[in-house]
Amino acid sequence: MRVQLQSENGMLGMGPFPYEGEEDPDLINAGKQTITELSTTSYFSSADSFGMIRGGHIDLSILGAMQVAQNGDLANWMIPGKMVKGMGGAMDLVAGVKRVVVVMEHTAKDEPKLLKACNLPLTGQGVVDLVITDLGVFTIDKKGGTGMTLIERADGVTVDEITVKTEAAFTVALTGKPSNAA
Amino acid sequence: MNKTHSDARSALAGLVKDGMTIMAGGFGLCGIPEALIEAIREAGAKDLTFISNNAGVDGVGLGRLLETRQIRKMISSYVGENKLFAQQYLSGELELEFNPQGTLAERIRAGGAGIPAFFTKTGVGTLIAEGKEVREFDGEKYVMERGLFADISLVHAYKGDTEGNLVYRKTARNFNPMMASAAKITIAEVEHLVQAGEIDPDQIHTPGIFVQRIVHVPNPMKRIEQRTTRKRETAPAGEEI
Repeated sequence: MRVQLQSENGMLGMGPFPYEGEEDPDLINAGKQTITELSTTSYFSSADSFGMIRGGHIDLSILGAMQVAQNGDLANWMIPGKMVKGMGGAMDLVAGVKRVVVVMEHTAKDEPKLLKACNLPLTGQGVVDLVITDLGVFTIDKKGGTGMTLIERADGVTVDEITVKTEAAFTVALTGKPSNAA
Repeated sequence: MNKTHSDARSALAGLVKDGMTIMAGGFGLCGIPEALIEAIREAGAKDLTFISNNAGVDGVGLGRLLETRQIRKMISSYVGENKLFAQQYLSGELELEFNPQGTLAERIRAGGAGIPAFFTKTGVGTLIAEGKEVREFDGEKYVMERGLFADISLVHAYKGDTEGNLVYRKTARNFNPMMASAAKITIAEVEHLVQAGEIDPDQIHTPGIFVQRIVHVPNPMKRIEQRTTRKRETAPAGEEI
């Protein structure tokens, strides 16, 4: 499978980090890290970049999260009362990219992060397709329908443990044997 | 008409006034019009509204104008790299309007293209959509966002000619092309200034009609925010590096 990485500041076909001494200040990714170009690379403006993102031309986006709800709502950009850094491109990514995958810790200080409803301000409404945590993997039917489903659990983790640490309602349809998810 | 100016200060002469709205290109510290920002500092205008994806870092880029308290309001998507910014924001000195990055880019593009408003699905059902018109198209909800147009735009390009035609380099392009089109007066700083006709017309990114003033800033100091590298390894026989 050939994977092409898009960097939201305006680059398609992102290459690896440069060798020491070959860093180029004009060539950075969305995390402001120095990177390199490939033979497949193209550059464009941020407007074209988000046209690509919002226009549904990007297949997959992987993000972190503070909270995910069973209906696919995502909160990952602000905690009221704390200094907010900004959402950057996250709201555009979840609104426009075909498939949104969240990778996160299952709980924060033992509090569940997979909830019936998010109580932090949303990044997107009904946008998450798949959640991968240190305990398991869940699919979310964000159009409603079948809701959230546990499809995989990490090695040594029981469904009971996952149930205790999850507030969201989910059904269990394990595929294959336990794996070291995340 | 001669668009070229000998230095950043003369390129801004007579333009900068208190209370103005100014766009500044760049993503992080990449592709920022640093010499022009410095000239705004020297011009001393106050109560400025800046439209820029980020607010520089402490002591660099727009961070320089936070030091002199010349900025009253920022319209940005991410401001996380700046302690002085946080300080001034939390004390209420500085107003802040967050826009999703793609919405910000499109608002500027639209403003420059004479489009007063547009609908986007970014931010539907979030704080961003509060107080804004939401409409349904083909069964999906979209929020209305307004175009942005500034008094002045400051942009950075790799190469420019005496007609104001601009060419950007790699990811230093970012917000610069849209911003060049979305202000009454656009001033471009360029690393290489050439005569009209020397840039292949097929390779021009921003046509000169969008640029009113141009200044040559050779060998600008370019900073790297996150220097990430990989080690050079000896490749095993028969494999490519």
